[in-house]
Amino acid sequence: MNNEQFNNRNVSEDGYFQVEIKDYPTTGWDKFKRVVQRTFRIELFVGLWVVLREMIVFNKHTISYPEEKMPIGPRYRAVHEMKRLWESDAERCIGCGLCEKICISNCIRIDTKIDENSRKEVSEYTINLGRCIFCGYCAEVCPELAITHGGEYENASDQREHFLLYEDMLTPIDKMKAGAQLEFEGFGAITPHEDERVKKTPLAY
Amino acid sequence: MDTAYLIETVIKVVVILLIFSALAGIGTYFERKVLAFMQRRLGPMYVGPYGLLQVAADGVKLFTKEDIIPTNVVGRIFKIAPVITAATAFMAAAAIPFLPSFTLFGYEVHPIVADINIGILYILGIMGVGLYGPLLGGMASANKFSLLSAARGAAVFISYEVVTGLSILAPIMMVGSLSLVDFNNYQIENGWIIFNMYGVGFVAFILFWIAAFAETGRTPFHLIANDHEIIDGFGTEYSGMRWGLFFIGEYANMFFISFVIPLLFLGGYGDGSFLGALALLGKVAFFFFFFLWTRAAWPDVRPDQLMWLCWKVLMPVAVINVVIAGFLMMF
Ligand code: SF4
Ligand code: SF4
Repeated sequence: MNNEQFNNRNVSEDGYFQVEIKDYPTTGWDKFKRVVQRTFRIELFVGLWVVLREMIVFNKHTISYPEEKMPIGPRYRAVHEMKRLWESDAERCIGCGLCEKICISNCIRIDTKIDENSRKEVSEYTINLGRCIFCGYCAEVCPELAITHGGEYENASDQREHFLLYEDMLTPIDKMKAGAQLEFEGFGAITPHEDERVKKTPLAY
Repeated sequence: MDTAYLIETVIKVVVILLIFSALAGIGTYFERKVLAFMQRRLGPMYVGPYGLLQVAADGVKLFTKEDIIPTNVVGRIFKIAPVITAATAFMAAAAIPFLPSFTLFGYEVHPIVADINIGILYILGIMGVGLYGPLLGGMASANKFSLLSAARGAAVFISYEVVTGLSILAPIMMVGSLSLVDFNNYQIENGWIIFNMYGVGFVAFILFWIAAFAETGRTPFHLIANDHEIIDGFGTEYSGMRWGLFFIGEYANMFFISFVIPLLFLGGYGDGSFLGALALLGKVAFFFFFFLWTRAAWPDVRPDQLMWLCWKVLMPVAVINVVIAGFLMMF
């Protein structure tokens, strides 16, 4: 898609037009003429016809929300998801804590421990959705593309603090096995065709 | 006054009360649907098929809601005000012939509670009394929005009521009677009043129609309870069924005015045949629909604009109309 229409800021050429507003009448006779003109120009009936036409055409522009839903963009920033590696199905998160550090509303809490293989493992990971402002910084800062936003926006809760746990965010293993995990295209995602731009690391130092 | 007459009248009163309370409810459903369709929406869809039972849901809500009497209100007046609106709306219906008389089980029924000889005067008078609902409710509410609404109500009332009275003067001069049944019989012989006397009837019809919008407080003149300026005006402090009574009164009023306009100007129920009755119902449906239609299409005017319109435009036109009618009848 070309961006020409967005980059062209010179809207006065093609976008604006001058509305013709006559001066207010001052003399009594002019005022009278205006009243008569307005009375016998049948503008009110134009308005009536417009709404009646919409009623007859019956081209409704709303959707019955719980049954139908609007498609949302792949970059939409709704409730978070935690992704798995395609190669091993293992969790991507390395427990670096960057997301906790950058979160501007302080709603991520992460704790790690050393597991039996002497590797760092996430033991606690919660996001307080009541405070999250869905800014996307956590997804952007994550070096492993582990935490991303998802498309689930129906997150009403009966309490102010609504915590999202690590297990809820993680892609279920059976979904992963079926190859149904979707990569997030928004904040922090790899730009398309990144492979072609990667340079070989010079090894001969 | 014999017993049969008494029983008949009581039955008629009950039937009219029931039918028009129900109609007021169904009227709100139609209003929502028509407005929704005109604004390219669907309107109520979830309670019952196509949202038809929405009225019942509203009723349950209104009846079971707590009846709050706020502190600082003038209690007794605050409580009685909605009753005035609803009661006067139905009282006005007593002089309206809803259908031509018909025979039921060999008994002739006149679908009018009382064919009094001052019919139209009575109807307009009682509808005028109905204004005490908003006026007293607004003044007793101890709320500034309600007070504003009451003040507007009083100002608007004296403006449009003059136009209403003067506009029907010409038809009354033609017919020579105030009873709506006489109006109907006159129109059987002489044709619809709006076509009578070289346009005098038509001008009277337009004036009365405009005044009817002010009378019922519908959209171009919906300034007594204008939601986007003064919340709900006189209804702001009301809750539950008391608010519901205001609502029923308003919608019943719309229906009754929709009956009065065709009876006065558009030939009424005609010669009393079944077709004539159907035609009357069709006309009523059109006028009711028009109330909803304008609400979707037209903006509201300011109170000063309404008063300007009534005093400086409509009243002179009405007076001239009456004078012309007088001359036409003289020669
Ligand atoms: S989207 Fe923003 S506010 Fe929400 S958890 Fe991520 S960094 Fe914090
Ligand atoms: S989600 Fe990403 S940024 Fe947060 S701890 Fe895990 S790897 Fe680090």
